[in-house]
Amino acid sequence: MTVLSISGVHKLFNGNPVLRGVSLDVDEHEVVALIGASGSGKSTLLRCVNLLEQVDDGTIHLDGRDITDPRADPDQVRRRIGIVFQAFNLFPHLSVLDNVTLAPLRVHRMPKAQARAKALALLERVGLADKAAAYPDRLSGGQQQRVAIVRALVNDPRLLLLDEVTSALDPELVGEVLALIRDLKGDGVTMILATHEMSFARQVADRVCFLDGGLIVEQGPPEQVFGAPREPRTRQFLQRITDAGRL
Amino acid sequence: MTFQPSPLQLERDAYRRRQTILSVAVAAVSTLVVGILLYAAVTGAPGWDRFRASFLSAEAARDSLPAVLRGLWLNVQLLVVCAIAAVLLGLGIATLRTIRPAVFFPLRALAAGYTYTFRGLPLIVTLYLFAFGVPGLRLSGTPSVLVLGGIAIVLTYGGYIAEVFRAGIESVHPSQRAAARSLGLTYRQTMRHVVLPQAVRRVAPPLLNDLVAMQKDVGLISLAGPIDAIRAAQIETAGSYNYTPYVVAGILFVLLAIPVVAVTDWVTLRAARRQSGDNRL
Repeated sequence: MTVLSISGVHKLFNGNPVLRGVSLDVDEHEVVALIGASGSGKSTLLRCVNLLEQVDDGTIHLDGRDITDPRADPDQVRRRIGIVFQAFNLFPHLSVLDNVTLAPLRVHRMPKAQARAKALALLERVGLADKAAAYPDRLSGGQQQRVAIVRALVNDPRLLLLDEVTSALDPELVGEVLALIRDLKGDGVTMILATHEMSFARQVADRVCFLDGGLIVEQGPPEQVFGAPREPRTRQFLQRITDAGRL
Repeated sequence: MTFQPSPLQLERDAYRRRQTILSVAVAAVSTLVVGILLYAAVTGAPGWDRFRASFLSAEAARDSLPAVLRGLWLNVQLLVVCAIAAVLLGLGIATLRTIRPAVFFPLRALAAGYTYTFRGLPLIVTLYLFAFGVPGLRLSGTPSVLVLGGIAIVLTYGGYIAEVFRAGIESVHPSQRAAARSLGLTYRQTMRHVVLPQAVRRVAPPLLNDLVAMQKDVGLISLAGPIDAIRAAQIETAGSYNYTPYVVAGILFVLLAIPVVAVTDWVTLRAARRQSGDNRL
């Protein structure tokens, strides 16, 4: 069953094309990794899916409904899609627990006790139940990012978007966040992740899409894209990554 | 085993202690010298005796204190009401000025016009227009001069406070809005639960500073007629030709400001400490 269907999406910033006709279907329980150089459009594509950016052409369907229709309520759409950012973006004036329960309480009108219990259960699962009362600036980067993932998960999103979630972390903290994402895949969470962690993309993704110049240049199972890339541009990109010692 | 500082560290500590003692001594001596010189210059002035008799008369101060204190109570009440009203007005105007959707352009323009007008207009002019101009319209149900004067103060300070809040709202990084909206919060919920709480915390020091300024400006209400501390001092002065009551009122205003200023300093210091661990630099 197709959860998300992106078709011919264009996005321009001040007249400069960033996405130039991207099409991508994501099935239920599928994990799709977007790879490509900085500026290739990975983050912009995720922000378009979550309606944080307005597309300049093309359509995006979520469960068969066109969410790029100006008559669609963006708040309703965002309630069904979770996103985790590179810089965590936790709310610094709220405790970890309040960060996680804000949307359940205010958006989904969940009773307070239920929201608390659900948030604590998820925090427990990622090993942060003892940090529920702490404020984000007392947490390490890896802990903050795990809280940010919990904050998105607590709303039971139909689709989870992960935007370079390990890029701002110290190398020794990357592992704990990747382990959590691997767990989520085991649970069957549908995910699109933009990433620079090639070996992780290779392990966890069902499909890898290589973006270049605002287009999906090549896509396929990880063994094919990483093992036997067809496109010269994919080969060049992977060669640069290999030379930098990242694959 | 407990930590035992090395001889090198002990020598450094001793040097720092000597430097501290020296600095305090220099500061104390220079303060004393300046104080003595000032005292000599003022009390040695040719008109000092007459000045003391008309501005620093203990007798006049004792006689005028009850009336001035009664007047000060009006200032305090007026300050509390005006401060609350001005903060609410400022918050409302700042929120209007930062609304993004294009359909709210007229509201945004109105809010901008308001802050430009009332920050530019001298408070005395606003006060005269409201206290004397509005009753001149002879509308039925015109409130008292005290209320009209209070409105003038609220409108003037609301303009300043709105700009303080606006700076705070715009200092919250756009990624915070993005995070809130991505969770499904509406524009209003995002403002209420994510942007405004952070903005208000950041602008607490400048906001309290505006309240200190407002506290002395409520004394200008005397120009419109109500008997506040300044007006009471004026009445006392008119009876005795002695200006001491004004000095009494002035001292009372300073005493009134001390708690507010102390809270301001404490809040500012706390905010600075939170942002950087070392405040010696």
